[in-house]
Amino acid sequence: MKKTLALLLAVCMMAAMLAGCAGGDDADPTKPADPTDAVVDNTTDPTVAPAENAIKIGGVGPLTGGAAIYGNAAANGAKIAAEEINALGGLQLDLNYQDDAHDAEKSVNAYNTLKGWGMQVFLGSVTSTPGVATSQEANNDHIFYLTPSASSTDVLGGVANPLTGTVDIARKDNVFQMCFVDPNQGAASAQYIADQTLGTKIAVIYKNDDVYSTGVYQSFDAKAKELGLNVVSVTTFTEDTKTDFSVQLGDAQSKGADLVFLPMYYDAAALIFTQANAMGYAPKWFGIDGMDGILGVEGFDTSLAEGVMLLTPFNADAEDEATQSFVAKYKAAYGEVPNQFAADAYDCVYAIYAALTNAGVTADMSVGDICDALIAQFTSMTFDGLTGEGMTWAADGAVTKSPKGMVIQNGAYVGMD
Amino acid sequence: MNKLKKLSPAVRTNYLTYLGVIAAFAILQPLAMRGKLSPTLQGQLVPICAYVVMTLSLNLTVGVLGELSLGHAGFMSVGAFSGAVAASALQNAIPNTGLRLAAAILIGAVFAGVVGVLISVPVLRLNGDYLAIVTLAFGQIIKSIVENLYIGIDAKGLHGAFLKPLTSLGEGGRMILNGPMGIPNITKISTFLAGFVLILVTLAVIFNLVNSRAGRAIMAIRDNRIAAESVGLNITKYKMMAFVTSAALAGAAGALFALGQPAIVASKFDFNTSILILVYVVLGGQGKMWGSIIAATFLTVLPETPAMRGLADYRMLVYAVVLIVVMLVTNSPAIKSFFSRFKKEQESETTKGGEQA
Repeated sequence: MKKTLALLLAVCMMAAMLAGCAGGDDADPTKPADPTDAVVDNTTDPTVAPAENAIKIGGVGPLTGGAAIYGNAAANGAKIAAEEINALGGLQLDLNYQDDAHDAEKSVNAYNTLKGWGMQVFLGSVTSTPGVATSQEANNDHIFYLTPSASSTDVLGGVANPLTGTVDIARKDNVFQMCFVDPNQGAASAQYIADQTLGTKIAVIYKNDDVYSTGVYQSFDAKAKELGLNVVSVTTFTEDTKTDFSVQLGDAQSKGADLVFLPMYYDAAALIFTQANAMGYAPKWFGIDGMDGILGVEGFDTSLAEGVMLLTPFNADAEDEATQSFVAKYKAAYGEVPNQFAADAYDCVYAIYAALTNAGVTADMSVGDICDALIAQFTSMTFDGLTGEGMTWAADGAVTKSPKGMVIQNGAYVGMD
Repeated sequence: MNKLKKLSPAVRTNYLTYLGVIAAFAILQPLAMRGKLSPTLQGQLVPICAYVVMTLSLNLTVGVLGELSLGHAGFMSVGAFSGAVAASALQNAIPNTGLRLAAAILIGAVFAGVVGVLISVPVLRLNGDYLAIVTLAFGQIIKSIVENLYIGIDAKGLHGAFLKPLTSLGEGGRMILNGPMGIPNITKISTFLAGFVLILVTLAVIFNLVNSRAGRAIMAIRDNRIAAESVGLNITKYKMMAFVTSAALAGAAGALFALGQPAIVASKFDFNTSILILVYVVLGGQGKMWGSIIAATFLTVLPETPAMRGLADYRMLVYAVVLIVVMLVTNSPAIKSFFSRFKKEQESETTKGGEQA
């Protein structure tokens, strides 16, 4: 009896799958509303434009897996922005986020899924490794690409390799970033540490199988040498060895480092703080934007992150009205304080909205025309958002804005200045 | 049709496998050319071919040779990076993309084959669990090596560095492989046609090996090593033959895969990928090549179907449940006896037919 049931279940599942496959060819107008759809329910208000006239904006990010905190934050931030814009009643946006589990191959699949859906503007990948792949694809298809947080220079292309001075990837002219590029973060961190004389002996721990971490380290290293910072210990880890840092911390401790620079994502950093605490090692910690989110790690004793410094462009405790309204909305909808990724994605949607309105883009324009119009807007406009005032983009795709130094006090981020 | 029935069941299955692959290509290729496929499926055609070849090649080790390998993605990695670097370096030397792809796949296969020889010397002295553990370690070693390898090109040719990044390149030079950042800009030259040809070549290699004197020796070693040794078979030689063939085919699959992706990183070819391929082999049936093809295709396409995408956060959960259900169903005695009933009827018909003829 049980076996019959199992067989029946399997047959049902197969049938459901085949039905799904058959529907794959068209743009799926019959598909039930995607849970990530951000179009406001317009049944109550007949004046709001129907979804067919909405500009279709797609995004790809790790909604599941190890980097999910970033993907979900970006998707949620973008969703809030789209809902606000749609409520204004003017130009309508239809937002669709797809999962890539922080994998380049899956990211390309997700991008192709969005293409099948009819995406007109691409919010890019949230993380760097998939971002390099999707930006290449979007460049081939000439779809406008603005990433909230994929900070590698390989995403933009056209940036010289800091070591060899050669340009390895041609500039992808349709790709722009909302976040700092990695070299800026590394160099800015070194500059900040030198300016504030935060440490005399510096240790660095970075993840050498990660595009983001390695990119920041290389630029930090170059700038630190230039400024004459005393770097006493440089140790590495990989995806497979990120469960134990006793060797790296022991090296830093034995060489007497009083400041440890951690260019990495928060998940490994949480373990570093816990292990350092167990070892009785208490240097100053300095992180970058990937450190954002450390207070949200489940089971992590936030008191261990006390005094951790990080550079990030977004401060959830800022006094201005826009930030406070965003934080309140985010808290009400998702029950947590938004991090920098949410704010970057929120800004991305507003920046695209501003450019679309300025250029007078309508939903019936071709993807290529929209891309050309947006490139022209982005290289000329100035944008005020949550993560910076008066942001501008040069033709190289990188954003100009100033980072804020933050420190964790009593389990919250507080501005350092 | 009568002719087909007269053939031995094994040969008949082989012909039907070729036929199935050709039929699938004949249906999909015109649709792909006319842009009738969804962009997702269109983009997956090359990866599907690469995974099919990977699964077939691992099936040679697991199903035919009977040794469990947990580091097959390592060979894929060697093939992917050597193939992609070769394709990038040969960009000017061979302008024709088809020829360049063939050269890259060949180079990928040769490199993976050479690594396979090096690995098989210590590894094939081991059996069972021990061999599995060593191949697992091998996969990790390859990943670490590639993550610390830097290759650039300039007018003077290829430059390489290990552990420390390259610091200077000549005028007009560019980095190809940038350590942990992998190869960030690959000119996509893999085509569905090339993938299809590679599957046919793989099938031909495997079927011919299995149906040869060497193949029978390999299977004898699998079934009873001591008995095989006692009749004078050179165990090491035959084991190596199967293992190295499998490695070279995996290398070819890796090159095909890499040249169909916009960017690759070494961490893509990790333990998880090895296990994924092993899952395809086990679900398709050990030693059954047609099963491998179907399992690899089905399970690569499955998580990207609109129905699965629509499940959002529960997508991978449902995928895992499907895997478990398939595993249970294909192993259930009730279903096996259900299918064997058909088989018996068919067999009795064939014997009748044979008597009449």
